[in-house]
Amino acid sequence: MKIKIKRFHPHFEPPSIDMEYAVQETATLLDALLQIKRQKDRTLTFDYMCRSGVCGSCAVRVDGKEVLACQHTPKDGEYIEPLSVVDVIRDLSVRLEDALVTLERSKAYPLDMQKIAMSEEDERRIERQSDCILCSSCFSSCPVYASNEAFLGPFALSRVWRYVADKREQAKKEHIDAVVQNGIWDCTLCGNCTEVCPQGIDPKNDIMMLQSKAVQFGYQNPNLGGFGSFGLEF
Amino acid sequence: MFDIVIVGGGGAALVAAIEAAALGKSVLVLSKHYPTQSQTSMAQGGINAALYPPDSCDSHIQDTLKAAAGLAQETIVQEVCRAAPKAIEWLDSIGMPFSRKGEAIAQRRLGGASHPRACYAQDYTGLKLLHTLYDNAVKLGVAFRFRTFLLNVIEEDGVCKGVSILDMARGKVEQILAKAVILATGGYAKMYGALSTNGFGSFGEGVAAAMRAGAKLSDLEFVQFHPTALKKSSILISEAARGAGARLIDQEGQEIGGELWTRDRLSRAIFEAMEEGREIFLDMRHLGEEFIEKNLPQERKLALLYEGIDPIKEPLPIRPVAHYTMGGIDVDEHMQSSIQGLYAVGECANAKLHGANRLGGNSLLELVVLGKKAAQSAAQRQQPPQKKLFERTKIDANFIKAVFTLPNQIDFWERQEFLSKIMYHNCGIVREEMRLKGVLSVVRQHQKELAFMGVRDKSPLMNKELISFLEYGNMVELAEAVLVGAIQRTESRGAHFRADYPQRDDEKFLAHTMIWKEKGVLCADFKPV
Ligand SMILES: Cc1cc2nc3c(=O)[nH]c(=O)nc-3n(C[C@H](O)[C@H](O)[C@H](O)COP(=O)(O)OP(=O)(O)OC[C@H]3O[C@@H](n4cnc5c(N)ncnc54)[C@H](O)[C@@H]3O)c2cc1C
Ligand code: SF4
Ligand code: SF4
Repeated sequence: MKIKIKRFHPHFEPPSIDMEYAVQETATLLDALLQIKRQKDRTLTFDYMCRSGVCGSCAVRVDGKEVLACQHTPKDGEYIEPLSVVDVIRDLSVRLEDALVTLERSKAYPLDMQKIAMSEEDERRIERQSDCILCSSCFSSCPVYASNEAFLGPFALSRVWRYVADKREQAKKEHIDAVVQNGIWDCTLCGNCTEVCPQGIDPKNDIMMLQSKAVQFGYQNPNLGGFGSFGLEF
Repeated sequence: MFDIVIVGGGGAALVAAIEAAALGKSVLVLSKHYPTQSQTSMAQGGINAALYPPDSCDSHIQDTLKAAAGLAQETIVQEVCRAAPKAIEWLDSIGMPFSRKGEAIAQRRLGGASHPRACYAQDYTGLKLLHTLYDNAVKLGVAFRFRTFLLNVIEEDGVCKGVSILDMARGKVEQILAKAVILATGGYAKMYGALSTNGFGSFGEGVAAAMRAGAKLSDLEFVQFHPTALKKSSILISEAARGAGARLIDQEGQEIGGELWTRDRLSRAIFEAMEEGREIFLDMRHLGEEFIEKNLPQERKLALLYEGIDPIKEPLPIRPVAHYTMGGIDVDEHMQSSIQGLYAVGECANAKLHGANRLGGNSLLELVVLGKKAAQSAAQRQQPPQKKLFERTKIDANFIKAVFTLPNQIDFWERQEFLSKIMYHNCGIVREEMRLKGVLSVVRQHQKELAFMGVRDKSPLMNKELISFLEYGNMVELAEAVLVGAIQRTESRGAHFRADYPQRDDEKFLAHTMIWKEKGVLCADFKPV
């Protein structure tokens, strides 16, 4: 079986080339990458840790689609690239700082948690969102970054919804206030993020939930404002 | 300069960082991965606390002491078990999404526990704990530096001054000074390589670095083997499965029994059955699809991917593999090591909570309770180190340069795989003097040969081969200490089982194995409990 990998090293000329490697069949792409590194090419650079899909370090793109290397079974002819949107350090290893900073900017953390009993159902409401492993797959898949680097992005917004939907959290308005700029209204609802999430999280839906919460707090969808000014009603 | 530098980004590190920030201290967290990529994310089973009768803190204490087989310190066990309900309350108050039963936090029963005592979040307990802590650390504005690899602890006259690190993305060696350093770098069970549940990260550099700086280590030979890992991939099938009624059977369908025994006992029983040529399986078919999907979805997914087996339809082939290291950097009741200003917490430390055998669910608890304590102790230190370029840093910078010029005649990766295998078979579940000594001589040979190894990748930038080589170097250094401990302890206790000395011997060995280095030479002794 052969796989092709996009290599990158900023000091080389050209910095980026595609290289093809023959590998024995493996259960996972991570195993194939480790096989190449140990047996063929020590310079191949990629990240990994838990090999069980929970640490979120091995996300790459296979034929253009984000996957976790440790959860993907490689097939002949596949093309492996690093995540997009984030900066590549070397080969498949990327800088996640720019993605992680969206958590800070969107206040994707508890603001005012109170001691309130939660039922099984209350807990289930935030169960999926809190399965997030911060692999940045969704971030990489999001088309908004092509035009707006300041976009808060899918995993941060999903996490904000996780706190807004948390029964214990009281400062719901403050959460919404933090995501109206470069946030919920900038999402095109394309659903890419939902499609690639290895944890079955649905950031697109969470963003829609945040939008309706924002409307409850008196915010208006600025994209709809345009119609209003023409006096059109649907 | 920071008040406190924390090395590590797992649960122990983040709890310490949150507490230090809450105490108004300036704190920097350094880790070789991004924090949420730490091994804490892999914990599934749960975190122990006696929340509701008939369970009680006393029962929790008793169970912990019993498993510890005489090597736990009773005061620490009491302190941690009594603080457990508050720890759960604290986690709940900062957003931890524990699973519920009705309106109460749900609990399940893990091996060695008299009651269902482990609070959990589906089978993502560690993941959700780690992310909750990370969110809170972000909220508090904790400073992080990711992908910084600890090289050494900087020590002068018995006092810790800071650490030397390798900035992985740039390939530069730096020193980071602080009034206090907390090591929270995790355990060393990945020393057993493919025969370990651990992720590719737990090689024990923090423990080895502490030893190089002169700190005492203790009880290193106590390595816990988890009885049920998937046979091909060593992926853990959590005790929660057995707690819910999964059964152990052999290829003929014969029951093995002992599903709720402590890990040491059950691992040995399975290991011995396997030595007799039997194959062992974990059968959870009778638990039903609904139950498995609700409680063990991760395990099912991984069994399908790695073994091609659906636990709903077929029993899972398993074997016992290295899982947790009870020993580590020896710390006092303030989590301070034998070096002043150097603290350690979490799996890299030996706070004497687990003794000779850890109970499932007690480790996450330790991170929370003792992580806070480590920060409180470290916050007491007032004396900033002198601002100068320490000798240690210069040596380390030269060392990293030199690694690139090593001859590469021997492949360290092959050596590492070999060492892991012989560690499992000879310094694993069942041990014996001649075999331990055999491995020790191999380790010493490997140490001598390090100068003939090296890296083929010569780029300074994000050189992961270099990182793997450094991990291996630390592993070889630490393996020697583990082996010396295992050889010296001529008795069987908890996770340490000697075929040639199968009895527990309290007269001689109701004591901690102490190991340290003096001028590069390994020294060992026993310290009575
Ligand atoms: C599969 C599995 C399941 C488990 N399930 C449970 C359970 O259900 N309940 C329970 O109580 N316990 C469980 N445990 C044990 C528990 O998860 C660990 O003991 C605990 O998470 C250790 O946390 P820690 O913070 O000490 O270290 P870790 O989470 O291992 O973190 C170590 C940190 O140190 C950093 N680091 C390491 N070396 C260096 C270096 N050289 N330089 C810089 N940084 C470094 C790493 O990047 C990482 O951030 C489980 C363990 C495993 C492997
Ligand atoms: S749905 Fe929104 S957040 Fe998700 S990828 Fe599309 S534009 Fe980005
Ligand atoms: S939402 Fe899904 S894809 Fe996005 S970071 Fe989290 S786990 Fe990864």
